[in-house]
Amino acid sequence: MYHADEKGYYGEFGGAFIPEMLYPNVEELRQKYLDVMYEESFKKEFNQLLKDYVGRPSPLYFAKRLSEKHGCKIYLKREDLNHTGAHKVNNTIGQILMAQKLGKTRIIAETGAGQHGVATATVCALMGMECIVYMGEIDIARQAPNVARMKMLGAKVRPAFSGSRTLKDATNEAIRDWINNPVDTHYIIGSAIGPHPYPDMVTRFQSVISEEIKWQLKEKEGRENPDYVVACIGGGSNAAGTYYHFLDEPEVGIIAVEAAGKGVETGESAATSALGKVGIIHGCKTMLMQTADGQITEPYSISAGLDYPGVGPMHSHLHKSGRAEFYSATDDEAMTAGLELSQLEGIIPAIETGHAFAIFDHKKFKPDDVVVISLSGRGDKDLNTYIDYFGLK
Amino acid sequence: MNRINEKLNSQGKLLSIYFTAGYPALNDTVKIIQDLEKNGVDMIEIGLPFSDPLADGPTIQDSSTAALKNGMTTEKLFEQLKDIRKSVSIPLIVMGYFNPMLQYGVEAFCKKCHEIGIDGIIMPDLPLDVYEDNYKATIEKYGLVNVFLITPQTSDERIRQIDTASNGFIYMVSSASVTGSKSGFGNVQTKYFERIAHMNLKNPQIVGFGIKDSETFQQATKNAKGAIIGSAFIKHLTTNGVAGIGSFAKSIKS
Repeated sequence: MYHADEKGYYGEFGGAFIPEMLYPNVEELRQKYLDVMYEESFKKEFNQLLKDYVGRPSPLYFAKRLSEKHGCKIYLKREDLNHTGAHKVNNTIGQILMAQKLGKTRIIAETGAGQHGVATATVCALMGMECIVYMGEIDIARQAPNVARMKMLGAKVRPAFSGSRTLKDATNEAIRDWINNPVDTHYIIGSAIGPHPYPDMVTRFQSVISEEIKWQLKEKEGRENPDYVVACIGGGSNAAGTYYHFLDEPEVGIIAVEAAGKGVETGESAATSALGKVGIIHGCKTMLMQTADGQITEPYSISAGLDYPGVGPMHSHLHKSGRAEFYSATDDEAMTAGLELSQLEGIIPAIETGHAFAIFDHKKFKPDDVVVISLSGRGDKDLNTYIDYFGLK
Repeated sequence: MNRINEKLNSQGKLLSIYFTAGYPALNDTVKIIQDLEKNGVDMIEIGLPFSDPLADGPTIQDSSTAALKNGMTTEKLFEQLKDIRKSVSIPLIVMGYFNPMLQYGVEAFCKKCHEIGIDGIIMPDLPLDVYEDNYKATIEKYGLVNVFLITPQTSDERIRQIDTASNGFIYMVSSASVTGSKSGFGNVQTKYFERIAHMNLKNPQIVGFGIKDSETFQQATKNAKGAIIGSAFIKHLTTNGVAGIGSFAKSIKS
């Protein structure tokens, strides 16, 4: 009941609200994606690349000092150690193989922080495919290292000049590109958003995260199910993958941490579950931040990757049904949690990921609770922001 | 009979004009509609602006952004249009994206359209299956014609489904593009126009996207009942304001 139904609905959320121009592409994908994903040859190639190219399985690491500090047993799922430095590559590997199966030769993607753009540019280089990444003009300026990486990898980075010039607008531009290039192009969406089947497809590609947690935790703790899994949420791809195999395990508590920005009530926030209402964004029905008149509003977060006014339809359903607990962490809490992780465990997380670690400001765990946190990305791309914020120069 | 159906039954090719409500100035809506009718336009699509118009190119997007900045809202538009039927008799269609309609309340939105004398709606991101499962009954209850789009990539099978579900006309998108991005028609379009014409659909077709002047209007309406101009008219408004609407409208059918 927490998975997508045939039409891509999670409860009342999801579906495919797309203009007719996109219908043939989305429908082709809808009809074929499961068959392709279940093909033995596809699974073999996907798993092989995850192992040899991405470096999976990613470790499940017992964070001893962090556990002592917060009085529970904390395990970190080290997605930051993947090739390209985040969980994003799990999905782009899957989708580039999907694009090949569908006979597509040209790849487009949107990106906010640049992690998904880099992961897409990487797999396009790997497969020798043309790659165009749309990125908001503002994000291009604040994520310069990732822009350089994409260019080094041979991708074209096209700025989105419209609206707030961030992730939402980059997504609009990518969708427009797909409308203009309906035959040869596959759109690799990076988050668990978009029209059906994207949220389900992205979630399935990312579900390797929770699949590994299960057997890794069994080795370490003698049980497959932790008491809690924790992830940060923007659109929600790392969270979807982290939760996937625990959704139907009621003893596992599911925790989502959104970006509160400067505070939920300040008007500068991206805490969609607190501030959003049901609506349509980028082809799906989900919770989104909007005016009373149905205009999508501009979110704010210090982390470009969480700076999105919606949340994936699965997460809207987990929120509404009460299956998941939702919290939000401010910029300050996330930055402080990122510094704490750096200095207690020697791991500098992405600022997005720092939000998940701010859970300890909001929830007290019991000493024998086993808490698995998705360490979704590393912080190299954020060093300048950290340095400026903490005055480390 | 709905004004749209009456107009579709009339002789001759139809010129439909799209404009974004609230642009260039917030209160230009009524004047634009009146001037278009006076100058021989057959049907009008009143664009309800949206923050994220993903099927539109830069021209309509910029006009939407400007309209929202000017203060346009769904409520405001309905207020501006409340007496429109005292002065205008051609078919009026509201075109926009589904989220603002959803937030207004689909039933309330349709009811308001009916009260004002709006004849139809075009919501490109309200797809056929969602329409049929959830909203068809409400939209029809208020006597509104719901218009679906087809594109060169739409399969014959789906075109038949859309034809069955339609009760006015089919909005035939001329090429694989967002609005305003291409102009002029080549062989590919001509073949597509002919293919659709040979399908003998029950609903007439009106071609949109890529029509900007008399020549493209002639090409588009060779097989179809009419054509829609959007971005080219918005560009005209951007350059000339609301003063030269008549000359623009007259130049198309000449």
